[in-house]
Amino acid sequence: MSTTATAPPASTTRSADQRRHKPLRSGHVVLQAFLILVAIGWLFPLGWAVLNSFRDYAYTSVNGYVSMGGWTLDNYIEAWERGEFGRSFLNSAIITVPAVLLTLFLASCTAFVLSRFSYRFNLTLLGVFLAANLLPPQSLLVPVFQAYNEIPLPPWLSSSESMLGSFLGLILINVAFQMGFCTFVLSNYMKTLPFEIYESAQIDGASVFRQFWQLTMPLVRPALAALAVLQTTWIYNEFFWATVLIQDFDKLPVTSSLNNLRGQFFTDYNLLSAGSVLVALPVLIVFFLLQKQFVSGLTLGSTKG
Amino acid sequence: MAYETPGGAGGTVRGGRGTRAGGRARPLHRLTGADRAVVAAMVVVPTLFVVLLVWLPALASVLLSFTSWNGIGGLDEIEWIGVTNYVDVATIYPPFWPAVQHNAIWLVFLFLGPTVLGVFLAVLLDKEVRGSRFYQTALYMPVVLSLALIGFVWQLIYSRDQGLLNAALGTQIDWYGDPGVNLWAVLVATGWRHTGYIMLLYLAGLKGVDHSLREAAAVDGSGEVSTFFRIILPVMRPINLIVIVVVVIESLRAFDLVWVINRGRNGLELIAALVTSNVVGEASRIGFGSAMATIMLLISSVFIAIYLRVVLREER
Repeated sequence: MSTTATAPPASTTRSADQRRHKPLRSGHVVLQAFLILVAIGWLFPLGWAVLNSFRDYAYTSVNGYVSMGGWTLDNYIEAWERGEFGRSFLNSAIITVPAVLLTLFLASCTAFVLSRFSYRFNLTLLGVFLAANLLPPQSLLVPVFQAYNEIPLPPWLSSSESMLGSFLGLILINVAFQMGFCTFVLSNYMKTLPFEIYESAQIDGASVFRQFWQLTMPLVRPALAALAVLQTTWIYNEFFWATVLIQDFDKLPVTSSLNNLRGQFFTDYNLLSAGSVLVALPVLIVFFLLQKQFVSGLTLGSTKG
Repeated sequence: MAYETPGGAGGTVRGGRGTRAGGRARPLHRLTGADRAVVAAMVVVPTLFVVLLVWLPALASVLLSFTSWNGIGGLDEIEWIGVTNYVDVATIYPPFWPAVQHNAIWLVFLFLGPTVLGVFLAVLLDKEVRGSRFYQTALYMPVVLSLALIGFVWQLIYSRDQGLLNAALGTQIDWYGDPGVNLWAVLVATGWRHTGYIMLLYLAGLKGVDHSLREAAAVDGSGEVSTFFRIILPVMRPINLIVIVVVVIESLRAFDLVWVINRGRNGLELIAALVTSNVVGEASRIGFGSAMATIMLLISSVFIAIYLRVVLREER
C-alpha cells in the first residue's frame, strides 16, 4: 500500500490541523468521549463475566451483584472439575491441531500450483475452493450426516466404529471447509514472490516438490503464521459440526460442550462465569499475544502481500 | 465458529502496487513426468476434499429434497416426489414461516445496526485519533470468541433472576426465554461481535484508499461527511459489496447462538436450526431438512457469486 492511515507524513497532519482548527477541538472531545463510551460498552460483557467469576455465589446471592466482596478462586476449581474441562480441552487439541496443520498443508499445495503454473482452469478451481468456504454448513448436513453414518472405521480410530462421532470425521470436514480461504490467501501471497527464485533452482534440477518445500514455504511463513492463528481460533470455536457429528459427551470439544454445561451449572451464575472465562482463555491469550497475526490473517487478502 | 465468513477482502481496493505477477506463471507442459505427477497430486488431493465433503453433499441435498427418503432405508428405496417437500414445508410445517421472518429480521438488524456502526467506527478510527489502537482492540475482542460462548457470556446479563439487565431496569423479564423479546436479545449479543468484525474489514479497506484522494477533497473544501459519501464510499465499492455478502451469509447461517440457548425454538426459530433439528433432532424429517437446506443453498449461491466476482476480478 502506498500510504497507511496510521503514519501519514507529518506535514499533511499539520496542514489538516490548521485547516480545521476550530471544529477539531470541540469535535475531538466529542469523538473521544464517544469512542471511550463505545469501548467501555464493548469490554463490559466479558469484564462482567471475569469479575463475577471471582466471587462467591453465597455472597452475591445475598448482597446482589452490585456489591463488593466475596472474592474467591473456588469457582474456577469447581467449574474445571464439574465441567470436565481437562478432557474437553484435550479433545479440542486433538481436533484443532491436526485440522489446522492439514488445512495449511493442503492449501499451500494448491496455492503453490495455482500461483506457479498457468493453467486454463486456475480461476475456476480457485472459485470452487473459495465458494465452498461460504456455503452454509447446515445445507450439507443431511448427506454428510448420512454418509458419515455409513462409513465404518476401525475401533482404534473411532469408538463409535463409524465416521459419525469420530474425531477424524470432524477434522476432515473442518479441513474441507477452511481450505478455500487459506488457498486464496496463500496463492495471492505466493504470486507476489519474485519468480527469479525458481530459476536457479530449475537450473540445479530441483524437483517441483523441493522447490515448493524448500523455496516457497519458508518465504510464505508470515502468511502461514497469520493463517495458523486465525484457523486455530476458528476451529477451536467451531460449534455446528462438532455438535451434530459428535454425540458422545466425552468426545466433545470445549466449544460444543458448552451446550451441556448449562445444565451442570444451572443456577450458579458465578460458576457459569468461571466456565465461560475458561473457555475464552485460549482464544483470549491468542488474541493478546498474536493480535497482529490474527488481524492480518483476517484481512490478508486486502493488502495482497 | 470455524465456518465464519472470511474477510478475504481480496485485494479489492487498489493500492499503488502496479501490475501483478499474472504473466510470470509457467505453462505446465515444460515439466518432466515425475514433476507433473507431483503437481497433479498437489491439486487433486485438496480438490477431492472440497468436492467430496462440500460440493457433493451440496448436490445431494438438492437431490434429496425432491425425494421421500427418510434416511433409514437403502438408497434404492428413494422415491421421487417432486416438490412435495417444499409445498409441505411451506404449508404444514408451522415453524417455517416464523424462521424465515426471523432470518429476515436478523439480516435487516445486522445491516442497519452493527454493520453501519462498524463502518462508522472504522471511518472514525482510520483518522489519527489518540488511543486508536486501544479502541480497535476493545471493539474486535469479541470477534475471537465463539458465538456459543457469547450466548453464555450474555446470559449473565439477560438472566431473569440474576441478570444485570433486570437488576438495572427493575424488571422480571426472561430475556432469552420470552418469545416477545428473545430474538432482540440474541441480536444484540450477536451484534456485539459483528460490529467489531465489520470494523476490522472496513478499516483494512480504508487503509488501502489513497490518501491523496482525501487530501484533494479537503482542499476542495469538501466536508468530512460529504468526502465520505462522495469519495470514500464509491472507491470502497468492492469492500462494500463484500460487506453486504458477509452480512447476508452470516444472517443466513446464524445458528450457534440460538442452538445454545434453546435449540432454536420458542421465538428463536431460524432456518439453519430447523434444518439441524430435522436431521439430528427427535422428530427428524429428512425431506423437510433437505428442502430447507436447498433453499439456503439457493439464496447463498447468489451472494457467493457476487463475492467471487468481486474477489476474483483482479485474477483475470
